[in-house]
Amino acid sequence: MADFWNDGEAIVDTAAPEGDIETRWERRKFSAKLVNPANRRKLTVIVVGTGLAGGSAAATLAEAGYHVKSYCYQDSPRRAHSIAAQGGINAAKNYRNDGDSIYRLFYDTVKGGDFRARESNVYRLATVSVNIIDQCVAQGVPFAREYGGLLDNRSFGGTQVSRTFYARGQTGQQLLLGAYQAMERQIGLGNIEMNARHEMLELIIVEGKARGIVVRDMVTGEITTEMADAVVLASGGYGNVFFLSTNAKGCNVTASWRAHRKGALFANPCYTQIHPTCIPESGTHQSKLTLMSESLRNDGRVWVPKRAEDCQKPAAQIAEEDRDYYLERIYPSFGNLVPRDIASRAAKNVCDEGRGVGPGGLGVYLDFADAIKRLGKKAVEAKYGNLFEMYQRITGEDPYEVPMRIYPAVHYTMGGLWVDYDLQSTIPGLFVVGEANFSDHGANRLGASALMQGLGDGYFVLPTTLGNYLANGPYEKISEDHEEVVAARAEVENRIKRLLEIDGDRTVDSFHRELGHIMWEYCGMERTEEGLTKAIGLIRALKEEFWQRVKVPGTGEQLNQNLEKAGRVADFFELGELMCIDALHRRESCGGHFRAESQTPDGEALRHDDEFSYVAAWEYATGESAKPTLHKEQLEFEYVHPSTRSYK
Amino acid sequence: MDIQVRVWRQSGPTDKGRMVTYDVKDISPDASFLEMLDVLNEKLILDGDDPIAFDHDCREGICGACSMVIDGTAHGPEKATTTCQLHMRHFKQGDTIDVEPWRAAAFPVIKDLVVDRTAFDTIIQAGGYITAPTGAAPEAHATPVPKKDADLAFEAATCIGCGACVAACPNGSAMLFTAAKVAHLGLMPQGQPERDTRVIDMLQAQDDAGFGGCTNMGECSQVCPKGIPLTLIGRLNSDYRKAIRKQV
Repeated sequence: MADFWNDGEAIVDTAAPEGDIETRWERRKFSAKLVNPANRRKLTVIVVGTGLAGGSAAATLAEAGYHVKSYCYQDSPRRAHSIAAQGGINAAKNYRNDGDSIYRLFYDTVKGGDFRARESNVYRLATVSVNIIDQCVAQGVPFAREYGGLLDNRSFGGTQVSRTFYARGQTGQQLLLGAYQAMERQIGLGNIEMNARHEMLELIIVEGKARGIVVRDMVTGEITTEMADAVVLASGGYGNVFFLSTNAKGCNVTASWRAHRKGALFANPCYTQIHPTCIPESGTHQSKLTLMSESLRNDGRVWVPKRAEDCQKPAAQIAEEDRDYYLERIYPSFGNLVPRDIASRAAKNVCDEGRGVGPGGLGVYLDFADAIKRLGKKAVEAKYGNLFEMYQRITGEDPYEVPMRIYPAVHYTMGGLWVDYDLQSTIPGLFVVGEANFSDHGANRLGASALMQGLGDGYFVLPTTLGNYLANGPYEKISEDHEEVVAARAEVENRIKRLLEIDGDRTVDSFHRELGHIMWEYCGMERTEEGLTKAIGLIRALKEEFWQRVKVPGTGEQLNQNLEKAGRVADFFELGELMCIDALHRRESCGGHFRAESQTPDGEALRHDDEFSYVAAWEYATGESAKPTLHKEQLEFEYVHPSTRSYK
Repeated sequence: MDIQVRVWRQSGPTDKGRMVTYDVKDISPDASFLEMLDVLNEKLILDGDDPIAFDHDCREGICGACSMVIDGTAHGPEKATTTCQLHMRHFKQGDTIDVEPWRAAAFPVIKDLVVDRTAFDTIIQAGGYITAPTGAAPEAHATPVPKKDADLAFEAATCIGCGACVAACPNGSAMLFTAAKVAHLGLMPQGQPERDTRVIDMLQAQDDAGFGGCTNMGECSQVCPKGIPLTLIGRLNSDYRKAIRKQV
């Protein structure tokens, strides 16, 4: 097995202060060097991505006086995929007086991540969570409110307090518009130079420091090199390696992967979140999957028929006593609100038993009949109206009349580029925020925590820690003729040329779909040594075929959506292989990573803390046959002691 | 099902463009409209033709990227639905469907069905925000917001910036887009200090960006995938008059 990787030196996070966890962030802020406001103008920061993390970072850095250059592949920064987040954002405000606190949010997040996250980072996240809500309210984010005019809350999977703030089923959109509007204000003031429809295709490193990026103007095809004093990646997750996921079609790993190839370690790539409540596939034309907010599990009850022979019957004809509300049965204390990884695997298990519903037997019911009886149709509509509409639009079925059908789908990736407490990668001057980094969610993310992390990183953490790095600048100006800059640019141009010249007989999408099948089958909800080994072989063969048979129409000097896709899929092959190697090396089950060989007698995930209580940070394998090198960052649990996660 | 699509093909901003007819066979009624175009594009690529360029991203009706005029209606025949959420079950076997880009002076065509909507961002830059630099925010519960106002602000804030309102307007006006943002921020207590300058500056930016004037035709609200009500334009006009009077 070790044939697939080399073992390397251990790594440590030296940026986090030691001692009392409650004051670590305060002490780090105080020890961070400051940049004189007059000097900030002379410093340029590149921010790639304009979602919650990138948008909030760009706006905040520009407000502070830095010169910001922002890039996104969409036609407007407002369309970044954070916009699709539905359910909400957590904050330890304790407005419900239900026993919540910063410590409890910290505790829940470390436990929810199955003890594979770094305590320092998580504690800081819980600390800044309260400031995020204040900031968003000040920007005019229209959160749901109660009749007294105060903010409303709801509960979410994996917790027993109500700490989730929301704006109907469109929380991500409203938070993103807040950050986007703050950004647009800075664009108008000339502090941010916005480059929409631009894609980062390479990182430029000069004398060991991240100093710029190579971008392609997606409208004209022009390749340019963009220089700065520091580079921030806020380019999101890599769920689209599965082809079918709840990510937007354009979401990709290229920015992160290019940085990884240039030396940034990639941490825990196998930690993938499979979200339990998505609309099942309807056919081979399927281009993406749609999530139904987890908040639906507050009032909806999940069930399948007790007997496989009932599965073909309409739901209404299955008597109450013939229904198996399996989450309530197996997990009586959390019931339908168990964390995502547990709900997803439970759905897979009942479908594997032949008790799934809908086409292909890949679905379970999410039933609102009881909620409608208890609260009335109007109250259910007020809470979930837009989600019900969305479901009906996609499936043609009315969830007020028949139960929804749901099935798990890839939704979020906890892994990402390795960063220290300052959110700096292993390349000096390269910072990574939001879903693109690995730092806060361990092996499983709790609901409503992604929005919290994205905004926490961008509004509050990065502006301090990046300032500390920039305080040593401005760095020497780099000319576009510098050999590293010229080389990075040539790499991009050659790659595009190579993709266009193959002129084979298979489309990019056909390769992407096939890669997705391999990943879902062998590196999805359940993984085995045998399956992963097989997947690595399949991916390598498919990658080779891709570079011989892919057909990319058109030229590089125009809007060419297939060329964009081809470059992204080429990177997904390499990432997919690393994900399988990471999953193979981690011979334990934890959070979203379930190894069939490591489970308790009743089928729950079995961790091996003695062996695997570390972050797996991978170094890119250079050369064709070389193997990636594994660097371990040992995790210390001083406050929340690892226990068996039980939601029973 | 088998259908025909007549699609606007335009190789670049300076090309004149024309409608081209394609046969699409064996499409599932459960496929989305964009998935139907995906299937067609796969075929075009293998046939050596140029695939149809179109904007899309989230494919769940929230990012606002997709933008097609289908059979003469922005986002197609279904009410309150974006193109990506339109499914083929709403069409019939043998239908011929026309597909065109947004057409408006302020949204020039880039290629095929892809248009440039940067002008919307320009309007927001002029005042579509509340000035609240990071770190300066008071405690969230310091200012209660009446639920009625918060709910109405939310309704206005659901605008996804797709531009269907502009595409549907005979004048190519962006009034519904601007009105939605003016209403969202103007309904919140936090938005009051900039309320007057916001409406004046945003309207000016809208005119400068080449959008037409509003003559209350109401087409915008009809095609809006989020159902932004026309009454918000009345609200904007009222805000504008008040702001101008104060200026004088």
